[in-house]
Amino acid sequence: MVLFMAGLGCCVLGVVAATVISLERRVIVVTLVGSVGCLLTFTAASQVLVSGRAESFHSSLVLPLAGINLTLDPLGALFVAMTSFVGVATLVYCVGYARGELRSRSALSLLLVFLMSLLVVPAASSVVTLLFFWELMALSSMLLIMVEQRRRVETRVAAQWYGAMTQLGAASILLGLLLLSTKGGQTFGDIRSHVAALSPTLRSFAFVLTLIGFASKAGAVPFHVWLPKAHPEAPSPVSALMSSAMVAMGVYGIVRVGNDLLGGGTLWWWIIVVALGVVSALFGALHAVTSVDLKRLLAYSTIDILGLVLIGVGCSGALAASGHPRTAHLALIGALLLVVSHAAFKGCLFLGVGAIERATGSRSLDHLGGLIRRIPITTALFVVGALSIVAVPAFSGFTSEWLLLQGLLHGFVGKSSPTLIMLLVGVVALALTGGLTAVAFVKVIGIGFLGQARSTAAASAHEVPRTMQIGMGILCIPCVVLGVAPGIVIPLLNRAIQTGHSSSVSRPVETGIGLSLVHLRGTIEPMLLLAGFVVIVAVIAGANSIRRRPARKVEAWRGGGDRPTARMQYTATSYAEPLQRVFADVLRPEIDVEVTHAVESHYYEQSLSYESRVGDAIERLAYQPAIRAVTRVGLAARRIQNGSVHRYLAFGFIALLIILVVLA
Amino acid sequence: MSTSRYRRGSILRSLFSKARTEPAAAMPDIVPGIGLRGSLQLRHVDVGSCNGCEIEIASAFAPTYDASRFGARLVASPRHADGVLVTGVVTRNMAGALERTLDALPQPSVVVACGDCAVNGGIFREAYGVEATLDSFVNVDVRIPGCPPHPEAITQALRSLTGR
Amino acid sequence: MTDIGSSLGYGFIASLTQVVLVAIGGPLLMGLMAKVRTRAEGRVGAPIYQPLRDLRKLMAKEGLRARYSSVVLAAAPLVVLGSTTLAVAISPLVTTHPLLSASSDLFVIVYLLLTGSITMALAGLDTGTAFGGMGSSRAITIGALAEPALLVAVIALSIQARTSNLPTIVADTITHPVWTSTPTRLLALVALVIVVIAETGRLPVDNPNTHLELTMIHEAMTLEYAGSDLGLITLGAAMRLGLLFTLLVNLFVPWGVATGSSVLGLLAAVVFLVLKTSLLAVVVSLIEVHSAKLRLFRVPELLAGGFVLAVLAVITELVTR
Repeated sequence: MVLFMAGLGCCVLGVVAATVISLERRVIVVTLVGSVGCLLTFTAASQVLVSGRAESFHSSLVLPLAGINLTLDPLGALFVAMTSFVGVATLVYCVGYARGELRSRSALSLLLVFLMSLLVVPAASSVVTLLFFWELMALSSMLLIMVEQRRRVETRVAAQWYGAMTQLGAASILLGLLLLSTKGGQTFGDIRSHVAALSPTLRSFAFVLTLIGFASKAGAVPFHVWLPKAHPEAPSPVSALMSSAMVAMGVYGIVRVGNDLLGGGTLWWWIIVVALGVVSALFGALHAVTSVDLKRLLAYSTIDILGLVLIGVGCSGALAASGHPRTAHLALIGALLLVVSHAAFKGCLFLGVGAIERATGSRSLDHLGGLIRRIPITTALFVVGALSIVAVPAFSGFTSEWLLLQGLLHGFVGKSSPTLIMLLVGVVALALTGGLTAVAFVKVIGIGFLGQARSTAAASAHEVPRTMQIGMGILCIPCVVLGVAPGIVIPLLNRAIQTGHSSSVSRPVETGIGLSLVHLRGTIEPMLLLAGFVVIVAVIAGANSIRRRPARKVEAWRGGGDRPTARMQYTATSYAEPLQRVFADVLRPEIDVEVTHAVESHYYEQSLSYESRVGDAIERLAYQPAIRAVTRVGLAARRIQNGSVHRYLAFGFIALLIILVVLA
Repeated sequence: MSTSRYRRGSILRSLFSKARTEPAAAMPDIVPGIGLRGSLQLRHVDVGSCNGCEIEIASAFAPTYDASRFGARLVASPRHADGVLVTGVVTRNMAGALERTLDALPQPSVVVACGDCAVNGGIFREAYGVEATLDSFVNVDVRIPGCPPHPEAITQALRSLTGR
Repeated sequence: MTDIGSSLGYGFIASLTQVVLVAIGGPLLMGLMAKVRTRAEGRVGAPIYQPLRDLRKLMAKEGLRARYSSVVLAAAPLVVLGSTTLAVAISPLVTTHPLLSASSDLFVIVYLLLTGSITMALAGLDTGTAFGGMGSSRAITIGALAEPALLVAVIALSIQARTSNLPTIVADTITHPVWTSTPTRLLALVALVIVVIAETGRLPVDNPNTHLELTMIHEAMTLEYAGSDLGLITLGAAMRLGLLFTLLVNLFVPWGVATGSSVLGLLAAVVFLVLKTSLLAVVVSLIEVHSAKLRLFRVPELLAGGFVLAVLAVITELVTR
């Protein structure tokens, strides 16, 4: 615990440094202090994961009324380790990226406050601690989103949406956790021991309320509306942290409350979780395919992957509730490995988009192209992250999806129909989103980096500072390592899932370099596959280059026509158009056609304008009407406030009367 | 009118019956120095033809004269081709396109001039839209005279390149 | 030690046999399917080994690279051919003990094929031409819609066999012949045939012999390749066809696959595989001959049909257990 507290102390020191140190050295000092803090917490978390023993800390001093309770158990330590790793990479990236508003005192201190709260949330072991740092996390990230709000109007709107929805989510979590602490105290230990005394209805209410809050943070549809607005508007390092670590806190909350505090729960809880996951995965994947703005695409892709994680968590809970603990643990390990790899590759991708924005000044795919020749190193690092998310073998996305699939597959041996239906739906969703994610990221790589530049900005792109590349590179390492040798982290994951199950659990996955299931038939050895691939490619390349002239560079063949322009290439919109057409009922694109007829005759057209937008259908069909209704009610309620003091006093008097009557 | 040769029948029946292709003629002389060994892909370029040669080329690849049994094929992209099959006289509008097509060919490549127009300008030699004859543009490897040439002649010319 | 050595040696020989067989047999399968088509048209047509002649000629020609292309265009043939060869080497085509049989998972094979598709799509976009982008967009759309049907059909088979390890599924199917006549297998078979037709670019999804760029799907991505690059890509596509056909055949009619470790069994397995796959190729070619190319926006309906059949296969498996 000492290391962990030292790490947190470093972060606090960093906050102080950010406010005190002058502009030239501020970013470097803050980065150094913050990175040291993250390394300390990473070491502390790794120690807990390796030894399997939890460590605690309690003090009645830091927080008012209830004091602070921290416990670093293996489950929390996994998330702390993940967050620290992403934190180090992001801070290193900031050194090269920070410019203008991001170098100000407020921005940098907020960044460290955000990082610190992200580190404390998985370690919190009482309701007050959790909620305090949850709110701190939300507020600091909301303020960080607004760092560049003077330049764009959308930033303010995004911050408003984010603030409102995160507060609603926090209120929901608060209610749920309060319900759990009615019997006994508010520390997690007290809740665990008294949960059996709560009535089942109360437990279900608590679970559903906390689920709404945590699922909203994790970006589950239909509570996801803030995500595609907030993640793009934040500066890239903040987006990376939000998309890697903060959404993982939502998953952490669900696992902690559902599996740990409530001890597994009943079947229909997890049906809701799987339903949320399935809808999120499909919705996110479809919108990622049709997005043109790079950051919006990545935000929807986050919704997609987190949907898959929720499917894994939900199926795991359902399998545990219907009496198959071994496959339940397998599914949960798959889900957790997917969370960890998602943090790595999504962080890398967001940092990469920031680099592209810095190099070309644009993050719209329709204005990029040909970047592989101008900024090759950034391209290579970005492509590692993209290949990982598409689940190419020998990258981390593939191994985590394989493990998750195995968990779902081997769960089919049960007999409980609802579980089987859930597993079937989950597997179908996994299958559907795999192909769609591939389309989205082939679009990103192919149109963003390959071919000819579609704008002068892209044609004159320059390479980004070395620290930005190092930051991306740090996150590429887990993408590759977890893909080639996933067995390294398996013992740690085995220990992480044992939290919350008091009986000793047999490890679902063997230790080793590859993945090998215990008592079930299923293995992969990605390192051997990669070695085989390299050997085969080497043989082919060698055989191909024997007595061959090197290839000639020629003009592309375009059917014999004249010299082509970059405008003749496919754009991101046209690339995704077939899929947009196929899924038009789900995406509901808004198409506006304006025709100006000629004066002389209505049959002739003078000009025609066509605009097609794929907005968020859930926002348009569910949230906007709700907002309009609430606004109407609010406007109507303004009639109560007419300025007359007598009326206000009368209201107060009537309210007092009612309270006295009720209390009597 | 006898319809026995072209009677409508099921596809399966034609799978098991004798093919309706004309038997192959005598093997022509093989053009030296090409070395294609049974595989020839050509990109057809119409630089200013009246379409008469195109109809005959289509017949050459149709079931009756079937040039594909000797390993020849028409392809869509000059990148995939071993050479070009040129019909018509080189007009002003298509001269640039012909140049670009020839540039797009991987080396070594062949040029086949099909029909009198491609060989020496034919009846359109003095027309106002004509830029040049094919010979002044590029080295022609095989010439197929005729206006239009018989499909059999086209097939024999292709055989002289493939050597099968 | 000798056991491991001999089993490794056997696995190596078996995998090598498979790679050579599919490398030569893939083009021969394409030639066979072309021959069936030409005979149905009533003409003699090119001999069955014509694709091999074409490949031999292509490998001797020079390669060309478009001006705005990058390392992706140059490396794509190697990656496509390499991933397909790896998938062939570890699949149970002639034996149930190929090299790396522990990693020979159905999902590994599916994702290796997906890697090949993605690389081809990227190469199409790398040319910077409109045709390349068009072929890439269409091909990846069809791939994205065929992927769910493929994965769910594969999962149906995995649920039945209680594992997703491919050699184990084939070995267990040999020892439990009654599995092959279950409704699950039949539904999965139809779904997989639809997926294989889509993935290999045959009619009614894509016409491999078309000359009109606007009707091309797979061809449009390779319009820019020439010479040895084109040869490698064509060989990769042929091996993909061979792999998908042989896998289809071995999953549903696995008898003939060598289960022991004798060389004689290996040779017999090669003969059986050639016979079974040729039969499947003729059947698929007859389907091709009888169908017209589907309009591009009708192809998702076909693939959705395949997907529904695959889901039905899973449901049937769960219900009839």
